[in-house]
Amino acid sequence: MTAVNMVEALNKGLHEAMTADDRVVVLGEDVAKTGGVFRVTAGLLDRFGDDRVVDTPLAEAGIVGSAIGMAVYGLLPVAEIQFDSFVYPGFEQIVVHAARYAWRTKGEVPASIVIRIPYGGGVRMPELHSDSPESLFVHTPGLKVVCPSTPADARNMILAAIEDPDPVIFMEPKRIYRAGRQEIPDEPPFTVGNGSPNGALNEYLSKARVAREGDDLAIFTYGATVPLTIDAAEKLAREERVEARVVDLRSLYPLDVHAIEKAASECRRALVVHEAPRTAGVGAEVSSLIHERVMLDLEAPVGRVTGYDAPFPQFANEDDYLPSVDRIFAGAKKVLEF
Amino acid sequence: MSEIVRVIGNGADLADGEVPNELAEKDLIELFRWLVLLRTFDERAVALQRQGRIGTYALYWGEEATQAGALYACEDADWVFPSYRQNAIGILRGVPASTVLAWWRGYGGTHGFWNPRDHRVGPITVPIATHLPHAVGVAWAAKIRKDRASSLAWFGDGATSEGDFHEAMNFASVLKTSTVFFCVNNQWAISTPISKQMASETIAQKAVAYGMPGVRVDGFDPIACWKVTRDALERGRQGGGPTLIEAYCYRIMPHGTADDPRLYRDEAESEHWRALEPVGRMAEFLRRRSILDDAQEEQIRAEAKQLVAQAVTDMEAIAHPGQEILFDHVYASGRPWNFDEALDELHQVERPAEVKPLGPPTTPGAGEEGKTI
Ligand SMILES: Cc1ncc(C[n+]2csc(CCOP(=O)(O)OP(=O)(O)O)c2C)c(N)n1
Ligand SMILES: [Mg+2]
Repeated sequence: MTAVNMVEALNKGLHEAMTADDRVVVLGEDVAKTGGVFRVTAGLLDRFGDDRVVDTPLAEAGIVGSAIGMAVYGLLPVAEIQFDSFVYPGFEQIVVHAARYAWRTKGEVPASIVIRIPYGGGVRMPELHSDSPESLFVHTPGLKVVCPSTPADARNMILAAIEDPDPVIFMEPKRIYRAGRQEIPDEPPFTVGNGSPNGALNEYLSKARVAREGDDLAIFTYGATVPLTIDAAEKLAREERVEARVVDLRSLYPLDVHAIEKAASECRRALVVHEAPRTAGVGAEVSSLIHERVMLDLEAPVGRVTGYDAPFPQFANEDDYLPSVDRIFAGAKKVLEF
Repeated sequence: MSEIVRVIGNGADLADGEVPNELAEKDLIELFRWLVLLRTFDERAVALQRQGRIGTYALYWGEEATQAGALYACEDADWVFPSYRQNAIGILRGVPASTVLAWWRGYGGTHGFWNPRDHRVGPITVPIATHLPHAVGVAWAAKIRKDRASSLAWFGDGATSEGDFHEAMNFASVLKTSTVFFCVNNQWAISTPISKQMASETIAQKAVAYGMPGVRVDGFDPIACWKVTRDALERGRQGGGPTLIEAYCYRIMPHGTADDPRLYRDEAESEHWRALEPVGRMAEFLRRRSILDDAQEEQIRAEAKQLVAQAVTDMEAIAHPGQEILFDHVYASGRPWNFDEALDELHQVERPAEVKPLGPPTTPGAGEEGKTI
């Protein structure tokens, strides 16, 4: 076991995948020589060489599009988008090609790529370094969208994302990149490229995780708001004698509908928390699913605590925008007191 | 094609060229004043970042000639579009320097943003190359309205890899807009050297493909930058269409306050280029011609210091914007129903403390890392 933060965990996962399968290549802006602006790809160039770890020209459509081409040929590219908002020049390639290659080729040639996107706010950065664009991808049939919130999940999920034949949008909550360390096993949970162990994909890529036990309120969240939600749950326990169950969704598409149904109907009250704007966000989908499937088990309508339908603000006001422990706590009380 | 336009020599083996007639002595002094003001702002902004008084900052130390020289060639009616690297260009057009500092302090709204029509200066653009089509659109619109207005956009060597650059170049040449594509080739895009950015010999040669002139200029020479920009604008105004300028220079400094170039390049190379930096070079040039003396230079520097000091005071006098700022100006037509509900929700909990900029990393390479600008 080694204690690692999320950056180190991702780095370890990438090392393991590249070691296990020589089809895995890493490409993006500044990923090779410096190991990426967040250092997630540090050391890969020295270890695997500049054929497999590539500093590309500054062009996101080129990065995503050529990754698709490599996948069509048979490689397993992992592309890095430097920051959330810089994925937009690559958006067309993701939506019209990555998402549709399997469909367009009778399922025989999926665009087996992983697009890593450090995303989200709270990092005191200038404009367009703090967006949460996951819903754009969730809304695009053909893509998987996942988001780890712990180092252990980050490592397992990056391996599973590479293993997955479908294109995976891998959202990395940059605010908690270095938030804390967690012991993870030295050996990977499975070997990438070893005959697609479906169990691994099920286990690591598509299942929600209960991050805190409780029976009075189910709070669904993902990414950087997971630790905040756990803090809010602790505060609810202390101050309101309410035990909230915190469910880390991990997979935003497809959603783990059974875990959502189970938690919502067992707790009878539910709240969704995310940083992205509210309208048509992941929270809207989770809320709809709950209302459609287990409404009769509910004591209250599902609540939402989210970012707002406004551009992510300049950073002096970002804490006004981001869900906080206080806002999650207040949102929970509203559902509890309905 | 690859000949580099240069006017200012080095006072030794490299002779000075002819100063264009249109640049009178008072223009040269004014141009120097602009260079000094930009330099003073930049150095102060870096200091403010180190002190945790503004956030991560994209410094432009060494690139002043590409900014002041090009802008000085513009007429008042011409529009300019900066990237983050030309963040302070507006202060030469009437944008308060405190507004630019406030932008870096993380303020938006009336504190950190401005109306581009006021000074014909576009917003600071963070996403690479995305402002280039806007510059084309402005010049195109002026053409439709038969106005005498051109446009100029600055961007980096890395930006030439983006699709928006190529689309803008093509639109401008097809529609014959009076647009200057001013590429600051500082040879680096964060850690990526120009050799990995492109396989073309020069950036200027990319103009050929679009049927427009491409010129190379010494990016550390403010007079040469003025000259090539003036020529390009003249041509554009006569209906000759756009020009691509490649200002060849070097990013002497880190990419931004969070960047550590020792991770990816030999800093001895930057030291070599530092000797060519434009502010000192222009001062020497003016002295060689007895246009500038110590007292005058001292005064110009003092005035710039004073202006920037006042801007810092003004920026720091801005009170932390209220939470309403989140919802201000998102729509020009009025607020959707959910904005008021959102504000109500915000007001139900205690307001979080004001966000302070992160200071410098405590250990080299730590803390601020992962910030591109
Ligand atoms: C679309 C987009 N992708 C990536 C980035 C991240 N980024 C910021 S600056 C930069 C390098 C830009 O290099 P260049 O165009 O040469 O301009 P310079 O910084 O040298 O002025 C990168 C990759 C961005 N801002 N926008
Ligand atoms: Mg550059």
